[in-house]
Amino acid sequence: MTAISTLFPYGWFHYLAGGVLIGLGIGVLFVLTGKVGGISTAFSAWCSWWDRHPHFQQARYLTSRSWRLVYALGLILGAALFTFTLGHGRIPEIRLPVWQLFLGGLIGGYGARLGNGCTSGHGICGLGNLSLPSLVAVLTFLATAIFTALLVHALGGA
Amino acid sequence: MPGSSSKALWATLPAGMLFGFGLAWSTMIRPDIVLGFLRLHDMGLLLVMGGGAGVAMLSFQLAPRLMKKPVLEAQFEERKSAAMSQTIIGSAIFGVGWGLCGVCPGPALAGLGAGEWPLAWVLLGLFLGAWLHGLLAPVEN
Repeated sequence: MTAISTLFPYGWFHYLAGGVLIGLGIGVLFVLTGKVGGISTAFSAWCSWWDRHPHFQQARYLTSRSWRLVYALGLILGAALFTFTLGHGRIPEIRLPVWQLFLGGLIGGYGARLGNGCTSGHGICGLGNLSLPSLVAVLTFLATAIFTALLVHALGGA
Repeated sequence: MPGSSSKALWATLPAGMLFGFGLAWSTMIRPDIVLGFLRLHDMGLLLVMGGGAGVAMLSFQLAPRLMKKPVLEAQFEERKSAAMSQTIIGSAIFGVGWGLCGVCPGPALAGLGAGEWPLAWVLLGLFLGAWLHGLLAPVEN
């Protein structure tokens, strides 16, 4: 028990249960529609609605922007449903400064699109597909994320 | 949309809801928890990713063998990878962003549903980052 409480000081059940539900969502999407439900492609696909640049007018964006929007709406509603049921209405507090949130999103959004996937696309769908490039991607972004988070902390940041 | 029915379109809603519920339950929508993992205080994120990838693997591996086609569409799609060099460079950059703000694209969306309004800054950043990538990327096909 000591090993478990050292590795998981906040408990482990909610991590595993939440992870299984995430996998179920991606599994249900695949069984019902055959689609592979990573998230970050959505941000490029939605650009096709307002930017005529040829990159955004590719078929893979035009044909997927609608379902990606409904899927994203599902993510928002699902988290809201949790908050008002098992979450007892508690809203998590965000203590990070705005520049860190914005810059993290900007760099993360660029990198996820360049590397063709984020934590859901590579981490859950790609690993679930036994894809070697996804395993390389996961190990790479875990390494740079750990380095960045430790560096910010060492410099006295949030 | 070729071969896409409105039934298939709306089937993505409950799938997304399971995903969002799971993200909230696993506390991955909380930057402090994710940054705590990245600073090696708590290994929970590995359980989330492992549990998610394990269940996703079952469906990706079994469904195409047991079913001729998905329930509502004509065929199972395949996830395409980019070139290995791009995958590595892009993922390295993605990790820097993730390590800065403690949320990735899924939790940034789901967190809004949980009332975490400051995450709108992350979403704005993600949008601009994806837009910038598209403007700089060579046009495919």
